[in-house]
Amino acid sequence: MAHVLASGMGGIRAAGDLVARMQLHRKMRISEAKAFVAGKLGVGVSDLSDEVVMRELREELDIGVVTAMPGAARGLAAKARIGRLLGVEIASVETLRKKLNAEL
Amino acid sequence: MPSHRMRMGDGRVEAMSSDKVRADILAGTEDAADRGRIPTITEQERDHLFDLFAYPGRIVGVEPGREVVLSDDGVAGSLYAEQGDSGVGVPVSREQAIRLFERAFGFDTIELGHPDYSYKPVKPIVANEQQCMESVLLGTIIPVYYGAMPNLATYARPDGPFGNPSDLLPEGKIEEARAAQLAAAEACTRDMVYVGRKMADAGADGLDFDTTASAGDAEFLATLLAVEELSANTHLSIQVGMAAEFVLGMHGEVTYKGERLAGLYPHQQVKLVEKAGAAVFGPVVNTNTRRSCAWNVARAVTFVKACSEAASIPIHANVGMGVGGVPMCETPPVDAVTRASVAMVEIGRVDGL
Repeated sequence: MAHVLASGMGGIRAAGDLVARMQLHRKMRISEAKAFVAGKLGVGVSDLSDEVVMRELREELDIGVVTAMPGAARGLAAKARIGRLLGVEIASVETLRKKLNAEL
Repeated sequence: MPSHRMRMGDGRVEAMSSDKVRADILAGTEDAADRGRIPTITEQERDHLFDLFAYPGRIVGVEPGREVVLSDDGVAGSLYAEQGDSGVGVPVSREQAIRLFERAFGFDTIELGHPDYSYKPVKPIVANEQQCMESVLLGTIIPVYYGAMPNLATYARPDGPFGNPSDLLPEGKIEEARAAQLAAAEACTRDMVYVGRKMADAGADGLDFDTTASAGDAEFLATLLAVEELSANTHLSIQVGMAAEFVLGMHGEVTYKGERLAGLYPHQQVKLVEKAGAAVFGPVVNTNTRRSCAWNVARAVTFVKACSEAASIPIHANVGMGVGGVPMCETPPVDAVTRASVAMVEIGRVDGL
């Protein structure tokens, strides 16, 4: 927890999960990953760890918000939208897609 | 002469003069440079470290905008596990613990792991682990790793079927010890690939090989071969976290892609991890309990800075109890952890922790 306060990006409180995705999916170093995500979101790099900026933007984009808001995308639904936003394939979302599209 | 409140590597607090703090920082970085044959940190960076340790406040933080991604090695277990795993014994499930780390604690990624945190014991119960992974993935938004340790030692007698190098080496049976390690490594790779494929089927975002090379160079080889296979044939994003700063030569002659594994330091380890296809590397620098945190952090960031400079993939330094300059004690003090955290980001140039 000390790292969250001292140096963490804040996860879904801000844009930590989005930057992490670019490290995992594209092996991007931190500066490149932040610049990529900031570009996709249309915000500055320093906004990515700003909880106030990102709380509103995440709700607007419907990519999952940290507070328990009825009607907001959560879980797989949020990840499906994140995958589209960042242009990455998220395995759990693809599994759901295959199930949805499989013949009955 | 001002006196500073300084943590030691075992967690005790001592009073330390400014001259002594500066001397410890210099000695720490010189020790790493000497062992790893890498540059020391610069004078400006040593001044920055001194400022961090001289700052009287309880906690410190990076400059806004310089935050990094957090990954972990089984941290969700710290909520429900017992004292042996540094757990606090809260009666919550693994799924609940993961949701807490995502929604309440602000983690950037999370990891699912079994309490018996090694690939070998996971193999026979992997369907349970897949079921749990699928359940976790339904409700989470942050990337989810499955994590465990290669733990080659569990393949040696009496826990496993292969000869034990710790018994064979003292008897002078060097060739037998080497053969036993290679046979065990082959089985270890097979188990890690088996579990990795199952986790890929379950839809996990990534796989974490934690505490890699704890049993030495043969274990490092086993892990690199598993990484190679899984990164080439699954979607998994693979993280390799090390056990120590230095790969022990329990075999001594094992190579990977022509490189001898025994004796490698983090800036050399990362190049092989990259070649194997991993996406993230977690270097470890061990804490010396008899030296100050200033000495330990200076030493740790020197190794990690060299590793970050050599790397082309993201570096997530290990900065938990007993590593990365954090004291070796059950309740890592936040003053020490936050100083190590900031130093890793601002001097070690890491991409994550």
